[in-house]
Amino acid sequence: MEKFTTFTSRLAPLGIDNIDTDQIIPARFLKTTSKAGLGDNLFFDWRYLPDGTPKPDFLLNRPEGHAAQILLAGDNFGCGSSREHAPWALVQYGFRAVISTSFADIFRGNSLKNSLLPIAVAPDVHKALFTSVVADPAVTVTVNLAEQKLVLPDGSAVSFPIDEFAKTCMLQGVDELGYILQSAEYISAYESTRQLTVDTLSVAI
Amino acid sequence: MQQNGSLKRKPRTIIEKVWDNHVVAERPGAPTLIYIDLHLVHEVTSPQAFSGLRERGLTVRRPDLTFGTTDHSIPTYDRSLPILDKVAEAQIVQFEKNCREFGIPFFGPQSKNQGIVHIIGPEQGLTQPGMTVVCGDSHTATHGAFGALAFGIGTSQVEHVLATQCLLQSRSKTFEVRVEGTLKPGVGAKDIVLNLISRIGIGGGTGCVFEYSGSAIRSLSMEERMTICNMSIEGGARAGLVAPDDTTFQYLANRPYAPKGADWDRAVKSWRQLPTDEGATFDKRIDIDASSLEPMITFGTNPGMGIPITAAVPDPAAINDPVERDTLGKALRYMDLSSGKPLLGHPVNVVFIGSCTNSRISDLRAAAAIFKGRKVSPNVKVMVVPGSQQVKEQAQAEGLDQVFKEAGADWREAGCSMCIAMNGDQLQPGEYSVSTSNRNFEGRQGKGGRTFLASPLTAAASAITGVVTDVRTML
Repeated sequence: MEKFTTFTSRLAPLGIDNIDTDQIIPARFLKTTSKAGLGDNLFFDWRYLPDGTPKPDFLLNRPEGHAAQILLAGDNFGCGSSREHAPWALVQYGFRAVISTSFADIFRGNSLKNSLLPIAVAPDVHKALFTSVVADPAVTVTVNLAEQKLVLPDGSAVSFPIDEFAKTCMLQGVDELGYILQSAEYISAYESTRQLTVDTLSVAI
Repeated sequence: MQQNGSLKRKPRTIIEKVWDNHVVAERPGAPTLIYIDLHLVHEVTSPQAFSGLRERGLTVRRPDLTFGTTDHSIPTYDRSLPILDKVAEAQIVQFEKNCREFGIPFFGPQSKNQGIVHIIGPEQGLTQPGMTVVCGDSHTATHGAFGALAFGIGTSQVEHVLATQCLLQSRSKTFEVRVEGTLKPGVGAKDIVLNLISRIGIGGGTGCVFEYSGSAIRSLSMEERMTICNMSIEGGARAGLVAPDDTTFQYLANRPYAPKGADWDRAVKSWRQLPTDEGATFDKRIDIDASSLEPMITFGTNPGMGIPITAAVPDPAAINDPVERDTLGKALRYMDLSSGKPLLGHPVNVVFIGSCTNSRISDLRAAAAIFKGRKVSPNVKVMVVPGSQQVKEQAQAEGLDQVFKEAGADWREAGCSMCIAMNGDQLQPGEYSVSTSNRNFEGRQGKGGRTFLASPLTAAASAITGVVTDVRTML
């Protein structure tokens, strides 16, 4: 994982509530056994016409969709299926952060493991961001993860919450598995105290 | 720390008890490390995790706590025929290779026990009370029906569990869903959960684990409890559970992987300690009066957009919040529906009876009771997809397959099928389905397809008439 650094970017506004992971990456693209190529299929059914040509009015086919590293989305972003293909596709397309008022639990966890920052802001800030970007698509915001600060187009800043551990992992560019593997002695100690009631190898299949 | 006297006396919910029993390590600056008792894997969300293990030179720590099945991308036509979709076939072949290489037992496409991951876990007795259960699938909450803390995870976490049998997790909030009273005829478990989601919204349970309680939940069978827990994620909760009771133990006894003899007695004794203590408190609570419920149906493009079947589709113009209004307006445009009148009588092209929500034997029996002696509408294609090959065998032993076939429905092999529509079973653009599955998102059942979510009874009734139908008129 790359270290997550402070950056300034335009916003790609997608003002729809409850954008689910089936929209972010439709299920038919999950037959892959790798992560490659998912960015090309990001928001596929909103992005392309049935004949495969881009829908001209969809965000990602307009200049403001190309120029932004931050997706500005409606409430409860990433609900539905647990597919990690959703953050993989967003990151491959070029997004580094998503701003919403709230995120679905599994999507948020998956994003943090892929250096995609879910930024939850208050509804009034959220509304103001949409207003600014509609008035002027060139406005920018700055994301500072170390200080958990989002600098708004007017220069004011708001703070955003993030799990302390996930923040450390993102800033240092390390993944969680390395940390868990270091806990091997705790895991062995725990296992020695447990009486298990299932053994998946106990029945011949 | 947990031996501390005052902490021990504090009344706890079942959610807290299961959590406390699985704490491996709590260290400052990191989430809690919790142990996973059962890890279920399938072909779609695991390949990149196995690749990760190989890249790091890791093994699977506990293959004896891991189990695999093929369900998502597998065709539901005759299993003796080759898989036509070569990309799906390659994924299934890779899955079998991964399981063999890492020593994980699995049900492949030809197994007589193959089925949807959330059907086979309970069916085989793998899922047991008090366990932590995970799977790279958001409907893992299904297993909560046994009093397990069961939740969906992403592929990175699949890799974590394969390698360490552990996950870093933060404690969730607790949310009691209390359902009291007696259901009326024609109203069932699916209607309870669709009603809940329509009331709290699809983000209403975010950050929470549900405990479903109350007399109406107690009186449900295990299969009905699974239907409710299954859709916890549609209410935003990662997990939802029901405290184990005699209904649970009767269901589990003598299943292949359930404990036997003295081990069984010991297990039941400890499982009886799990229910929420008197005086324990929840962070949130909602009450539902079961006797007031009607059959539910969704009209929109998320599972929270549900109404009693006789109620009118809501009007976006009546909503003040602009984004909410636009979201509803967009949903109705996608569905090509107008507001102000019920869905009753709306034409249907496809009826799908299946999925991890409603493909168990009791679901098929409910549907068959409506189909018996009737014919499906000539305008409707009806697919009945059992949740597992075991369910299929049982249904055939009871003659249900004959009922479906004589009515004109298609009787298929087990799998996720048109719930997720990645195996070729799908709607055509513009088509409407009444589906017993769990999601009505845009394109979920096929690009451009439109889904009305409902119970097996409502789906069967609509299959007969060819239009959205109130099953109570046919009972």
